[in-house]
Amino acid sequence: MVAQALDVTRRSATTTPPPGVRSTMQVAKLIDISQCIGCKACQVACMEWNDLRGDIGANVGVYDNPADLNEHTWTLIRFTEVEKGPYDFEWLIRKDGCMHCGDPGCLKACPSPGAIIQHSNGIVDFQQEHCIGCGYCVTGCPFNIPRISQKDEKAYKCSMCSDRVSAGLEPVCVKTCPTGAIHFGTKEAMIRHADARIEDLNSRGFRNAGLYDPQGVGGTHVMYVLQHADQPQAYGLPKDPAISPLVELWKGIAKPLGLFAMGLTAVGAFFHFIKVGPDDGEDDANTDAGRPDKGKGGDA
Amino acid sequence: MTNHWVDIKNADLILIMGGNAAEAHPCGFKWVVEAKAKRGAKLVVVDPRFTRSAAVADYYAPIRVGTDIAFLGGVINYLLTHDKIHQEYVRQYTNAPFLVRKDFNFENGLFSGYDAANRKYDRSSWGYEMAADGYAMVDETMRHPRSVMQLLRKHFARYTPEMVSRITGTPEDRFLKICQMIGETSAPDKVMTIMYALGWTQHSVGSQNIRTMAMIQLLLGNMGRPGGGVNALRGHANVQGITDMCLLTNNLPGYMRLPSDGEQTYADFLAARSPKPLRPGQMSYWQNFPKFQASLMKAWWGPAASRENDFRYDWLPKVDKPYDTLHIFERMHQGQLNGFFCQGFNPIAAMSHKAKIAEGLAKLKYLVIIDPLATETSEFWRNAGEYNDVDPAKIQTEVFRLPATCFAEETGSFTNSGRVISWKQRAVEPPGEAKSDSAIMAALFQRLRDAYLHEGGAFPEPIVKLHWPYRDPENPSPEELAREVSGYALADVTDAKDPAKVLAKAGEQLAGFAQLRDDGSTASGNWLYCGSWSEQGNLTARRDTSDPSGLGMYPKWGFAWPANRRILYNRASADPSGKPWDKKRALIFWDGVKWSGADVPDMRPDAAPEEGVNPFIMNAEGVGKLFALGGLAEGPFPEHYEPFESPLGYNPLHPDNPQAVHNPAARVFPGDWNNFGKSAKFPYAATTYRLTEHLHFWTKHAVANAIVQPAQFVEIGEGLAQEKGIRNGENIVVSSTRGAIKAVAVVTKRIRPLQVDGRVVHTVGIPIHWGFTGVAKQGFLANTLTPFVGDANAQTPEFKAFLVNVEKA
Repeated sequence: MVAQALDVTRRSATTTPPPGVRSTMQVAKLIDISQCIGCKACQVACMEWNDLRGDIGANVGVYDNPADLNEHTWTLIRFTEVEKGPYDFEWLIRKDGCMHCGDPGCLKACPSPGAIIQHSNGIVDFQQEHCIGCGYCVTGCPFNIPRISQKDEKAYKCSMCSDRVSAGLEPVCVKTCPTGAIHFGTKEAMIRHADARIEDLNSRGFRNAGLYDPQGVGGTHVMYVLQHADQPQAYGLPKDPAISPLVELWKGIAKPLGLFAMGLTAVGAFFHFIKVGPDDGEDDANTDAGRPDKGKGGDA
Repeated sequence: MTNHWVDIKNADLILIMGGNAAEAHPCGFKWVVEAKAKRGAKLVVVDPRFTRSAAVADYYAPIRVGTDIAFLGGVINYLLTHDKIHQEYVRQYTNAPFLVRKDFNFENGLFSGYDAANRKYDRSSWGYEMAADGYAMVDETMRHPRSVMQLLRKHFARYTPEMVSRITGTPEDRFLKICQMIGETSAPDKVMTIMYALGWTQHSVGSQNIRTMAMIQLLLGNMGRPGGGVNALRGHANVQGITDMCLLTNNLPGYMRLPSDGEQTYADFLAARSPKPLRPGQMSYWQNFPKFQASLMKAWWGPAASRENDFRYDWLPKVDKPYDTLHIFERMHQGQLNGFFCQGFNPIAAMSHKAKIAEGLAKLKYLVIIDPLATETSEFWRNAGEYNDVDPAKIQTEVFRLPATCFAEETGSFTNSGRVISWKQRAVEPPGEAKSDSAIMAALFQRLRDAYLHEGGAFPEPIVKLHWPYRDPENPSPEELAREVSGYALADVTDAKDPAKVLAKAGEQLAGFAQLRDDGSTASGNWLYCGSWSEQGNLTARRDTSDPSGLGMYPKWGFAWPANRRILYNRASADPSGKPWDKKRALIFWDGVKWSGADVPDMRPDAAPEEGVNPFIMNAEGVGKLFALGGLAEGPFPEHYEPFESPLGYNPLHPDNPQAVHNPAARVFPGDWNNFGKSAKFPYAATTYRLTEHLHFWTKHAVANAIVQPAQFVEIGEGLAQEKGIRNGENIVVSSTRGAIKAVAVVTKRIRPLQVDGRVVHTVGIPIHWGFTGVAKQGFLANTLTPFVGDANAQTPEFKAFLVNVEKA
């Protein structure tokens, strides 16, 4: 990959048209499940590059550790056991994380201007400084990816290492993967690479091997080669993901109304401030003390 | 590895058995992925559990722990009875045509010469029929009833698919499918590789597990060939290096055996190690042993060693009894040791039978720990609740902790599994007062020598006269050590054929072990590494990625021992006339004048094919040994014996012979016979193993590793869980006769019960990695459970097959 001059083509809760002069290649990450050995090197590399360290958790009876995505775990290896017959097993091992949808439900749902952006190469990125922690992105995501931190009440997820990619580097999970199961390049090249892998899998008896690039969300910038593309649910992937109708409703009708209401509130608050003055601190402290996730300092 | 990591990409069939490469060697596993993607290679996994390696395999078969010889013996039987052997290779390059002595026999599970009282064999009958001319007798037709081929057929005829399935629990159809896949690689243009690790070594029959596979590779004609070989995957980054430099107590560097007590003269010692060829015209390369040995002792004792004083052979220790780790800890347990130096070793975690090790450590006066980490051994006296429930007041051992550097904090070399030595630079400064291991050893040595010089002692010379030419005697540099290990000329070294020709001037680094001499004119700390630092410089630091052959040999990347040879026995990649068996994977060939090709030939360069010099030059026969003679303790052919803790309690091959249930030549200390469990109380077959997220007992000290695999667990199948009413994620207690551990149950489909000789055997999988130091959740040392018995040859403990019981906690 080469360094790319990236524009922001979409911005949450923003109506200004995006810049349109430069043309940018669409990028994609291709995860070949048939070559993934579940070593979790990608998980650790993600933690290291992004300076993330969660709690040392517990074992809950599975190899998935931590047990779920969280604000410190932007990618996670998930293991699914299948027994097709006596001693005829499959252990489906999938690297979970943001799919970077062509048509991102999180971005559509987000009410805070600029908290979620889509770069011109397709990467969907959260801008935490604008995040208000409302959790609408969680509702908007058909893949159940964003997680709200209890520490700062902001949403986090895989950035596809947009900092690295804009400098011409591959995402760090791609760089780290010891078997080369994670590929990165233009979306076109990744689809071509997948075709060859699918042919190999077909020759090994996986007749339904295929590419997971669901069109219901405008295609994705993270794609999978699946041994059983006819059953993505077996890997914990939705078969035909789409943005929730609630989000479409919010985006279509409710959101302008909501924004109008938020505007009214802001105007009201301004006049309240002019008339009454600032809130006193004691009230704030009382409010916070009543919340279980506060008062723990930075211990998330 | 006889081959090397990159070479895995040249295989048509990859067998992973006795190992779990995807989990334990994820980086090297890329070459399996490459072979599958680029060559269309098939991957087969045989393992008691359906592992992460199995997850990407084309075919899988389960096996009961500790029954690999039965499985592989069945493969040998299949190959022989289905004519799936590489006939010409077997006739020309193995000892199949050799005749065995008349007094050799095998009866009811025991070979000739068994001494039951001492659990030892007199191996003298395990030899060749010798002709009057001093050479072994052969029958080229391989039909003679005492030819190795006929004895082999007879020996393995008992390993029928039915018998294999009865012993191993592997379903017959799965076993036969794998036999068929392996058999296909007997074609000259098809090659199989085998990747194994501690799943084969850590058994009371460990050496024979590997030997059985080596025999299969010989029968298939896969030794010495790109994409073939027998490939041991080593665990730590530099465990190959430490093995080369003499890991075992009965070895000197470069796999030269220490003298025994009976070898009091240098001449006797040399004669026993430089055998004459057993067939006409063969090289029997160990005849060069005196050159390697003399050079080693010149490196050690410098000017004090000379031809006149036999290079101070009298200063070398003579082995009076075994000093392997099991033996050392047995003696420690008996209270016979005062002190113990523990360098890069965490025995309370890494050795079998934790309770016995801890009792032994408590009997020491002092214990010195040289390690970067706060190991469990260094805190064996600390009460860590249920994880280490000891009373510190009752332990008087004084413990000294000397903090050592970690691999990234020191410059030096790594030798990987493929024998490639790579130089590396220190990446970060060591923390606090940590010192490199060589600095710690050098400082200790200086003080020891001072003590001998000033206070005298029983036998001071070997210490006082040790050659110590380093600029800073308290801290020899890695560069100085590497140059010494490689070797240098002390006088001009001349060509044996042309004395006027000087190959290396006095003071120069040597180009390779062919320049070593037995007259004291050369010094080399390890003949196998000779040439790694030549007059061209430090060849281990080379990083040239050119690969002219496309076979992944990378001849200018680092330095592979011996002689920068990437594939051992590579003469066998060509047929007797010198043409490669497979033109598409041509490694070396006879060009009419000399051997040439993509690798450094493992053959005298000018040995024309007509001379009939055979490829296995380190063997006195010149050929690969299907019949091992007296090389191994328990027999010249492998035989299935049950693990010392067996769910059956008998050997289905010899149900009536109690002497042939377990390895008859394995050593058991008197106190340990009572420590073996029986299936009535401990009905489940257990095994221990590593997980990809951790390295041994180290990475539980690292936060990132602890996050991705935080807490101890034990894997059990759904069948056993149901029987015991255990739900996934619940705590269970796993016990053996030696102790108990508590852990979370991971209930899995991937371990199914096996049908073994008419009964059901459940497998219990116990990952190691947890303990009572580090940042991961505290856990029990898995070796609380494992038995104190080892392989009959290497004394590697039987960590991989023992009996446990499982209960809800």
